[in-house]
Amino acid sequence: MAVAKPKQQRLVLALAAVAVLAAAGVIASFALQDTAAYFKAPADIAASPPAPGQTIRLGGLVKTGTVTRPGDGLELHFIVTDMKADTNVTYRGLVPDLFREGQGVIATGSFDAQGVFRAQELLAKHDEKYMPPEVAKALEKQGHPVNAS
Amino acid sequence: MAASDLHALANPLRFQRLATALTPWLLALGLGFLFVGLWQGLFVAPDDYLQGKTVRIMYVHVPAAWFASGGYLGMAIAALSARIWRHPLADLAVRAIAPVGATFAAICLVTGSIWGRPTWGTWWVWDGRLTSMLVLFLLYLGVIALTHLHEDRARGLKMAGYLAIVGTINLPIIKFSVEWWNTLHQPASIRLSGSSIHPDMLQPLLLSAVGFLLLFAAIVLVRMRTLIAEQRLEARALRRAARAG
Repeated sequence: MAVAKPKQQRLVLALAAVAVLAAAGVIASFALQDTAAYFKAPADIAASPPAPGQTIRLGGLVKTGTVTRPGDGLELHFIVTDMKADTNVTYRGLVPDLFREGQGVIATGSFDAQGVFRAQELLAKHDEKYMPPEVAKALEKQGHPVNAS
Repeated sequence: MAASDLHALANPLRFQRLATALTPWLLALGLGFLFVGLWQGLFVAPDDYLQGKTVRIMYVHVPAAWFASGGYLGMAIAALSARIWRHPLADLAVRAIAPVGATFAAICLVTGSIWGRPTWGTWWVWDGRLTSMLVLFLLYLGVIALTHLHEDRARGLKMAGYLAIVGTINLPIIKFSVEWWNTLHQPASIRLSGSSIHPDMLQPLLLSAVGFLLLFAAIVLVRMRTLIAEQRLEARALRRAARAG
C-alpha cells in the first residue's frame, strides 16, 4: 500500500492535469471561433457588413450560371453564395485551375462603394468528395450533379 | 493479466527479444503494403473528376497525416506512463517515436503544399488545418530538442515528456479544425458514417495507410533497440572509467 501511494498520487495528478488541459483547449477553441476563421461567408457579411475598402476574405460556392466576362473579357464577374446570402464579386487576374461553377472559392479583397466585392486574389476550394469522371457524369445524368448550387 | 503482460514487456531484455523477432516482419509487410498501395494509387486508381491526376498525392499525404497525429498520441501516452509508472521503456519510446513522427509530419506538410499549389492555387495559407499541422511538426521538434538536453538527460526527458503531454491538446484541434472554423482545407472524407472517396480510390489509400503504419512501427522498434544498446554501451563505459579511476 505504501509503495502504491505515490504512484496513485501521480496518476490522479496526471488525470487532473489532462482534464484541465482538455477544458482549456475547448474554451480556447470557442474563443477563437471568429478570429480563427480563414474566411467569411456571404451570410456572415450580410449580418455584419465590413466597411468599404476593408480587406477581408470571402468564401463560399461559385453560384452556377453566374460566371461572366463582360466588356474586354479580362474581368471575371460571379456570385459567391452560401445558400443563405449572395455576394457579387469581380476579379482581374490569374484564375486557379479548379475555379468552377458550383465549386468552392475563397476571394481576398474588399467591397467598393457600390457593394461589389473586388477580389485581388482567388483561391479554389474543393470539397471532400473524390470520384472518377465517369461516376461524376453518371450522377449528373441521373439528375444528381455532384455540385448542386 | 494485462498489467502483468505490460510489466513483462518492461524488462528491456525481453523487449529486445520480442522487438528483434517482430522487426523483420513489420518491415517486410510494411514495404509490401506500401508498394501495392502506392502502385495501385499511382497507376491503377482512376483520376479524380475535378482534380485529374493531382489527386494521387493523396496516397502519400493522407497516411502521413494520419500517423503523424497517431504517432504523437502514442508518444504522449508513452510520456504519461513514464511520468506515472516510471516504466523503464517509456522514455525510450518517447525518444524513439519523436523523429519518426516529425518526419511523417514533414512529409504531410510538403506533399500538402505540392498538392495545394495546383488545386487551391497556393502553396500555403494560415488556415486552421494547415497551421495546426505545422504546430504538430514544431511540437515534435520541441520534444526532440528537449530529449537532447545533454547536461541533464533525466531533466530533459522529463521536460520533453511534459511538452509531449501538453501538446496532445493540438490533436483534436487538427481533427476538428475543418469543422469548427472556415478553412481552405476541405472537411474529412472518411467518417464513421462512411467515406466520400470512391471505392476504387479508397482501396489503395487504405493499403498505403497500412504500409505507413507498419513501417512507422518497424522504425520505432529499430530505434528503441538502438537506444537500449546505446544506453548499455554508455553504462559499460562508465563502469570501465570508474574501475580505471
